[in-house]
Formats: sequence, structure tokens, C-alpha cells
Amino acid sequence: MDWPDKIFAALKRANISQAGYVPDAGHSRLIDLCRADAKMRDVVLTTEEEGVALCAGAWLGGERSVLLMQSSGVGNCINMLSLIRTCRFPLLMLVTMRGEWEEFNPWQVPMGSIVEPTLKLCDMQVVRANAPDEVEPAVTKAIEQVFKNETAVAVLLSQQLIGRKQWTK
Amino acid sequence: MLERRAAVAALLGNRPDDLFVVTGLGSTTWDVASLGESERDFYLWGAMGGAAMIGLGIALAQPKRRVLVLTGDGEMLMGMGSLATVGIQKPKNLAIVVFDNGVYGETGMQPSHTQGGVDLLKVAEACGIGARLDVYDEAGLRDLAKRLAGLNETLFARVRIAADDPPRVLPTRDGVELKQRFRRAIGV
Repeated sequence: MDWPDKIFAALKRANISQAGYVPDAGHSRLIDLCRADAKMRDVVLTTEEEGVALCAGAWLGGERSVLLMQSSGVGNCINMLSLIRTCRFPLLMLVTMRGEWEEFNPWQVPMGSIVEPTLKLCDMQVVRANAPDEVEPAVTKAIEQVFKNETAVAVLLSQQLIGRKQWTK
Repeated sequence: MLERRAAVAALLGNRPDDLFVVTGLGSTTWDVASLGESERDFYLWGAMGGAAMIGLGIALAQPKRRVLVLTGDGEMLMGMGSLATVGIQKPKNLAIVVFDNGVYGETGMQPSHTQGGVDLLKVAEACGIGARLDVYDEAGLRDLAKRLAGLNETLFARVRIAADDPPRVLPTRDGVELKQRFRRAIGV
């Protein structure tokens, strides 16, 4: 599984230098890469909406940023996304999906099932990567769209990429 | 008890050129605007709870500039987790100043948690923010203004102000304009 490494390489190529995240199993490899890179400021958040505001601040200060989260975190961002829409801030969100494929935990389903329409209602563009070889092109195009056009794009990383969470050893 | 407009004038009336300000919804936005609109200010008309994190993003991106987040107790309470996040990052160039009057001024003066005993200064301490000031008189304001001018560590200050409701002074509410002019002012 090397798609997280490819995402990281794409973030570096695009000079993204702040990464906000709420710890997430699906993003664990990418988070490790961000934490290990001296030029990537990793900002652990208590809730995802903090990251929306962080990304707005980064842009005000002239830096590019990325926000990593799991699908449940999308719900935590809704009102803060009004900041992005009102001021037309660029925003790159990478969302690992739960609640959609081989999900053991039914509590993940309600939010996971409404991520896509919710983000669209918030005026974000949504692209989805279902297979490993779809990830890099999706992220690369999203980066271009976000920072060249100052728009907000979420890349949804399908639960099929991440696999079923192991609940018992 | 300090009056909020006099307090903001004491803090920012003579501000250094490299001090950039983020205000919180809503009274602190009108307070800072009462000194005259500045391109170095990012005024929030919404995004309640986001002021400290916007300040953090700017501070991390611009380590040579100083960033002041000036917000109210209600706005800070909504983003209280961001104090934990700031406490981990500890940028030397970020100050968070809370005008604490114990009420939600914009919505009819309902009591906030701080009136009920929640102590934001202790929250900041528990979050690892080492430099803290409790400001309740003019000497304290002068000290805080001096600290802002020479800011070299993450600072949290609570300024105890009277629960009054001075006339609103409204800055532009065009978010795109606020963003573009702030970026021009900071040189990006």
C-alpha cells in the first residue's frame, strides 16, 4: 500500500507546508510522513473544524496547507466551512471514508453515508478515489484546482483502499 | 472595571507595523474597527470559535510577523479546544487576548460560562501556554501592550471588561476583500 506515500510526494511537490489532522487510522501512514518531515508543520487538532480555520489562516499568511480527516470529521466542519465559502479560501481536504464498505461499526454509517452530499451543499467540489491507482491523479488534480483557482476540494478516499478495521486480534 | 473601547485603544492605538490582528465574532470585531479599519486586520463576521486557529495558521506561516487574536469569552469558549492545539504548537509570535465580560453581548447579554466560574486563564495554563496575563486595570493594559510589541513567546491574556454594549462600528463584511487586502498587507 503506497498510495499514502504518493499523496505525501504530491503535497511536497505542491509546496504544501502545513498539515492539520485529527488522528485517523486510514491516514496513519500519511500522518507519520508529515510528522517526520522537518518542512511540513504537522498540527494535531482536537476537532476537524479547527483545521478549516487553520487552513484559512495559513493562506492569509501565504502558505499552502492540507486538512486530513476521517468521514465522521466532515460533520464537525460544517459551520466553519462558511469561512471558506464567504472568503473564497482555497481548501484541500483529504477524507478517509468509513461506514461504507465492510463496516463493522454501525455508528460510522450515518455520517459516512452523507459526506458527499453534505460537502456539496457546503459548495465544495468532491472527487473520489476507489482504487490505489486512482489516488495520486485525484490528489494531484485537486491540488491544482484548489491553489490555482482558489477553490475548495475534498478527495474522498474509499474505505476499499483502507480495508476493514480489525476489531479483534 | 475596564471599558472595552478604551481597552482596545490602549492595546492597539499605537500598534507596531508588524502586528497583524484577527478579531472574533462579534464585539471584538466592532472594537478593533472602532480604531479605523486596517488592512492588517482580519475581521470575523462569522466562523465563531475559529479566531484562535486562524491566528495560529497565520503565525506558523509568518514566523517573523506578530499575530494577535483579539476575541471575546463566548467566541473563545466555542473554540476552547484550539487552546490545546496552540499549546502544542507554541508559536513565539502568537498572542491570544480575550476580552472577558462574562456575557454574550451580541445576543442579549446572556451569562457565559466564565460568569459561572469557568476560568479561561486556567484553561490556557492547563493547555501549556506559559506566558499568561490577567488584566483588570490600566497598568495591566499598558503592560500587555508592551508585551505585544515585544512578543517572543506564545501569550494568553484575559482582559476583564465591563459588560456594556457600545455602538457598533462595522468594518467591511466582504470576506473576499478582507482576505485579499490582508494578504497584500502581509506581503504574499
